[in-house]
Amino acid sequence: MDFNGFDQPAFPQRAEALHAGSRSVKVMVAGGFGTGKTTMVGSVSEIVPLTTEETLTQASVGVDDLVGVADKKSTTVSLDFGRISLNEQLVLYLFGTPGQERFWFLWNGLFKGALGAVVLVDTRRLRSSFRAIEEMERLEVPFVIALNVFPDARNHPVDEVREALAVSPHTPIVTCDARDRVSSRDVLIALVRHIKERSVAALESR
Amino acid sequence: MTGPQRGPGRTGLERYYVLTGGRCAPATKAATLDVATLIVARSAPAPGTQPEHDAILRWSRDPLSVAELGAHLGLPFNILSVLLADLLHTGQVEARDPVAGTGDRGPDLALLEEVLSGLQRL
Repeated sequence: MDFNGFDQPAFPQRAEALHAGSRSVKVMVAGGFGTGKTTMVGSVSEIVPLTTEETLTQASVGVDDLVGVADKKSTTVSLDFGRISLNEQLVLYLFGTPGQERFWFLWNGLFKGALGAVVLVDTRRLRSSFRAIEEMERLEVPFVIALNVFPDARNHPVDEVREALAVSPHTPIVTCDARDRVSSRDVLIALVRHIKERSVAALESR
Repeated sequence: MTGPQRGPGRTGLERYYVLTGGRCAPATKAATLDVATLIVARSAPAPGTQPEHDAILRWSRDPLSVAELGAHLGLPFNILSVLLADLLHTGQVEARDPVAGTGDRGPDLALLEEVLSGLQRL
């Protein structure tokens, strides 16, 4: 059987030389149910979006093994994600968070180590993204708000939305079409610029 | 590739129990594994390697995130973490956590610049 070179003794060294500098960054896409999270992940990803799962059981907390767990209810929390190769050695992974925010805390450290987050908002249903915004503020994850412009949505001036969402004037609000690759990319650019500005401000205030 | 057979149980938890020998969380090292952690194989699978370990080593010849491995192998994150901990323990894979923009050493402006220019090239 051909193992695609796995039987070549030189494999480990070759891999080491090739991959020594490989790094990843993580960006989260949050927002209420149906705000376009999966759409955005898909439009900007270079791969067909994949799904990774975490099986959670009622016994997940403080129990060391799965003995007797088969009888208990299990919940599967799914994350849709995509990847963007930023250069030969740096990959950005974009994770769409589960729609039900109550599951976020169950997935330990979901936002830990993230560069930042995009909170998608459907202007026809502002309320559905309130919880996501609150969570970002609580977790101190840098974020931008992206108003996903649905075709039948009336035009909401950004100031009006800012007031309705009660977000700080420092949090950028941008509009986008989550179906569009360039538009979604521009949201990510707005996020990274925001993180940079925050970082510079933090450095200066030291 | 055909996925591993599901056990008779409704949830498939029995199957995971067998895969991990009953462990539902890694002992130590993999506790920091993130969905975006890159896994790179350091050696070829030895003959007789457990099929799931073997599959991980094959998929991670090039650096691949834990999330991608989970999606390709059809394994939930917590179960995959256990299997990865085994491979980390034996030195067959290397794990690299995602780099954050901030940390104990303060913000990493060079990294942010690198991300920015990568996005602008898209």
